[in-house]
Amino acid sequence: MGSTSSTLLKIPNVEVLMQETGFSPAHIIRLHDRFKALDKKGRGHLCPQDFGAIKELAMNPIGDRIIGAFFSPGKETVDFHTFVKILAHFRPVDKNRPKEPNSPEPINSRSNKLRFAFQLYDQDKDGKISRDELLKVLRAMLGMQVTEEQLESIADRTIQEADLDRDDAISFEEFRKVSPEILHSRCFIKAPVIMLMERDC
Amino acid sequence: MRGLSLLLFITVASDATTDLYVTGASLPPELEVSAAPAVTSPVASRYIPEEYGHPGIALARSAEEPAAPSTEDGESSSHHHHGGGGYKIVQWEWSYVQTPYIIASWLLVASVAKILFHFSQRFTTAVPESCMLILLGLVLGAVVLIASKKQPYQLDPGLFFLFLLPTIVGDAGYFMPARLFFDNLGAILMYAVVGTLWNAFCTGFCLYGVKMAGAIGELLWGLMDFLLFGALISAVDPVAVLAVFEEVHVNETLFIIVFGESLLNDAVTVVLYEVYISFVEVGPGNVYTADYFKGIASFLIVSIGGTLVGLIFAVILAFVTRFTKKVRIIEPLFVFLLVYLAYLTAELFSLSAILSMTFCGIGCNKYVEANISQKSRTTVKYTMKTLASIAETIIFIFLGISAVDKSKWAWDTGLVVSTLIFILVFRAVGVAGQTWFLNWFRLVPLEKIDQVMMSYGGLRGAVAFALVVLLDKEQVKAKDYFVATTIVVVFFTVMFQGLTIKPLVKWLKVPRSTNRKPTINEEIHEHAFDHILTAVEDIAGLNGYHHWRDKWEQFDKNYLSKLLLRKSVYHKSELWEAYQKINIRDAISVIDQGGNVLTSARLSLPSMASRTSFPEVTNVTNYLRENGSGVCLDLQVIDTVPGAKIEEELETHHVLAGNLYKPRRRYQSHYSRHFMTVGEKERQDREVFQRNMHNRLESFKSTRYKRHKKDRSQKKRKGSDAKEQDTSDKPRRNVSWQDKDPVVVPMAPEEDKHDPSEPDKYDDVGITFVARKAPETPKERPKSVSAALDVCQSPVAAPPSPTCGEKNLPWKSGMGSLPPCVSVEATKIIPIDLQQAWNQSISSLESLASPPAPPEPQHPRVSTLSRLGGPVRTPTKGKSGGGVCAASGSDTGSGQFRFPTGKEEEEEGTLSQQPQEMQPLMSSLRPPPPPATQSARKRRNPCVYLRSLVTVPPSGGGDPQSRRPTQL
Repeated sequence: MGSTSSTLLKIPNVEVLMQETGFSPAHIIRLHDRFKALDKKGRGHLCPQDFGAIKELAMNPIGDRIIGAFFSPGKETVDFHTFVKILAHFRPVDKNRPKEPNSPEPINSRSNKLRFAFQLYDQDKDGKISRDELLKVLRAMLGMQVTEEQLESIADRTIQEADLDRDDAISFEEFRKVSPEILHSRCFIKAPVIMLMERDC
Repeated sequence: MRGLSLLLFITVASDATTDLYVTGASLPPELEVSAAPAVTSPVASRYIPEEYGHPGIALARSAEEPAAPSTEDGESSSHHHHGGGGYKIVQWEWSYVQTPYIIASWLLVASVAKILFHFSQRFTTAVPESCMLILLGLVLGAVVLIASKKQPYQLDPGLFFLFLLPTIVGDAGYFMPARLFFDNLGAILMYAVVGTLWNAFCTGFCLYGVKMAGAIGELLWGLMDFLLFGALISAVDPVAVLAVFEEVHVNETLFIIVFGESLLNDAVTVVLYEVYISFVEVGPGNVYTADYFKGIASFLIVSIGGTLVGLIFAVILAFVTRFTKKVRIIEPLFVFLLVYLAYLTAELFSLSAILSMTFCGIGCNKYVEANISQKSRTTVKYTMKTLASIAETIIFIFLGISAVDKSKWAWDTGLVVSTLIFILVFRAVGVAGQTWFLNWFRLVPLEKIDQVMMSYGGLRGAVAFALVVLLDKEQVKAKDYFVATTIVVVFFTVMFQGLTIKPLVKWLKVPRSTNRKPTINEEIHEHAFDHILTAVEDIAGLNGYHHWRDKWEQFDKNYLSKLLLRKSVYHKSELWEAYQKINIRDAISVIDQGGNVLTSARLSLPSMASRTSFPEVTNVTNYLRENGSGVCLDLQVIDTVPGAKIEEELETHHVLAGNLYKPRRRYQSHYSRHFMTVGEKERQDREVFQRNMHNRLESFKSTRYKRHKKDRSQKKRKGSDAKEQDTSDKPRRNVSWQDKDPVVVPMAPEEDKHDPSEPDKYDDVGITFVARKAPETPKERPKSVSAALDVCQSPVAAPPSPTCGEKNLPWKSGMGSLPPCVSVEATKIIPIDLQQAWNQSISSLESLASPPAPPEPQHPRVSTLSRLGGPVRTPTKGKSGGGVCAASGSDTGSGQFRFPTGKEEEEEGTLSQQPQEMQPLMSSLRPPPPPATQSARKRRNPCVYLRSLVTVPPSGGGDPQSRRPTQL
């Protein structure tokens, strides 16, 4: 316990961090270790190259976008605080968490999870997934397997399907409407990612 | 209503039993021997002692023996004698046909019974079919028993384990939702192994305890007997679970856990059963510690071995189907045979046959489905479902019949009651305990409601019954009592629990499964989420589930798929496939609505989030199934949604339909046992058609901003074309696709005027595309692809020169990624006069030289209708862009296909067969011989919604090989 608290003490604002993210001290420590491992040069922050060094990530078709999600616009680095907050999106939704009316929506709420995913599509941050943005994602995920022609038809179709206000783009609301199935079925919420971490501790 | 159906039911039942009575009376001794459960030597193979063999075959053999005079019954012998010497005009050959006759009669009774059950909607929703079947079996059994004083029929373990069970398990395994299954594999394995062991031991020991307390049994029954009984009675039964849960529609996670458990617990049951049998044999006193370890080892071998056998067969099957392109017709056979062989082989080595078959099905499904043709897929699916359904029916009927025969069982109230109680209690306790443990690791915990359902859904069934019937009475003294108890347990679970489970589900508000199909959005986001989660795991430095799944997918893609998939299929994208499926579904549903969606303000498809008024759409296979061949698509036959059609439209459709069928029928006159030939001509025509469609798609594409609108407009055009046919010079019979429908498409009147008189400019575009396309080499493909978009947006490309097209054979241009194809069935949805299309396309080739299309009026939002008329360019593209755009767009599309040259045999083969395999609606390739026969008067093909279905097939058009009569 002593080591735990001493490690925690090294992290600035750890209390605030835990409160914001809902991570337990053990999580934080674990993430901190990971952070330090990624931060090879020991600068106290990560830059895109550090993420690029994760070799599995290099094989991920949309890995770049995910890396990009860690960096707020214009910033070249991400500190531990932000790092943890981003990862907190992937904590399971805790059902039993007492609802405090005044508290802000937790980071791992459903809509925040979705928002995170939405931002991966919406690269120009205009609040809409345009056809081009969708095409880019599709191209990344499908690679050379399909022709441009097919990509376009998929993209068209996708937008059509979700586009309720006929503006040829998918807004977050629309995105949210077409996604709940996924939420409930298997993908997002059920991610064992942070789950495993919790069990570890 | 209920009364009526019951009445019918009884009538049929009594009819059937009368038949049975007659046949029963005339049974030769052999039949009775094989039909009755024989006492078996437990040492032999696990379930089925050799003597069982194939009752059917034995029967058939005996029946064929010319002598067959042993049939002493009046009728047949009298007939024989009556004929006396000389030539008998009519002979009574009962003995000759009796075996197949009886079997067929059984199937008939079972099937008719099913029909009757479903007469009353209200009745069938309340009472599960399995209950009704058991009741029917009871009635039939009673009638036979009363009539013949003995019961010749019983659920024969040999028949059950060798024929009935495999059909059900095969179906279950092959169509198992793999992702769902593996996502929940941990829980499934837990319940299957730990849960079954828990149930078996607890039930066994507690029953023994009750016996020691003196409440039940006789002195002779030992601990081993009870443990044995506990083992066979504790396993959840896949047949019963399927039968009941399929009607309940609980949510899929719940279903997969219970059902998966029922399949995977086979290994446990097998091992426990065998171990106890051997223990009973040698006597409890002679069992040493080593034997227990042997039992554990045996469990590992039986389960892992069974799984391995299944996977090996899955690989073999997938590999074989890679090479069946020339013999499409036997593809389904391979599937059935190898899956069945997986079962038999596992049985041969006394491994877990159910495990083997399940994993064979799960393993091969992905590759086989990709390899075999669409028709084979439908055949496999439909046949499997039919067989499984009939097997299930027979099993339940026979369960009912078997219960009647009092000579087979003995009653012990104490045993029955305590068994029932223990089973229910331990199931519930076991489930609760395991779930508590599992919820530590599950992200989505299993709720209390789920647990109740899982406990309640632990149905026992025919497997337990067959196992208990197989016991050796010499060694298991309590066999008769066990049989009776098993029957009661099975009946209780299937009937009582089966009956009450629906109300329970409603009462507890168990989340139901949604029947809707995934939308393309969900497919895409799901893929994206998978990637995201994998990435996050990587970043967080965890090797979690997604990490390993990702690893597996890499492996699968790099090695397995390469080995097991056809080259032509290998490059296909999952997402694209899903997209196609959804499109086809929508297309069908559009037709379902009455075929014409033009009247609605905008086309809305069922998979769209905004859909409201559309009924649940059946998938393609179902749809085709309902409609038989798929060739004959009479729109009026299909259920239409009231209000969605207008008489005029209907009429149009019928004109179309009537006109379009004829050419097809002409082609169908071929007969071949080995191939379902597609006439050479038809194939050509189809390719032309595909090409035309592609052209059209291209031209639309350039202007397109909303796909569905195009669909709608095209459809409209189609309708209008039919009406306008008279104006064209074509014979009435042929539907000509003209671009204009003044009435329908007010915006595009200009185009209409142009059409008949001068060569169609739009078509030119398409053709142009060909010319440009040809020169591309496969290497250029990626470039062209990526460039395509840009080109489209800023059209700069120069118009293609006709010579270019002539120099390069179109079919050489594309080798490469596989063209998205549309299934044959989908193609058929569109009635087309292929011949005409062919002619038109030829003429279109001529028009290559014609000047580029004049700029069209550009209204960005020009009503979607106008799009029909021709390529309406969006403002961004600029006026000159239209034609070019289309050309370049098509360019990219076609650039993807590489057509095999003679060098690459395999590739060529696979590619050339592609068209047969999945009838591509359009191909980027030109028809091979472009002789200019007709004046350039082109019409557009009505693509209807097809366009979206379209994929770019590597058209086999030019390929000599592909011209062969194709199979399927």
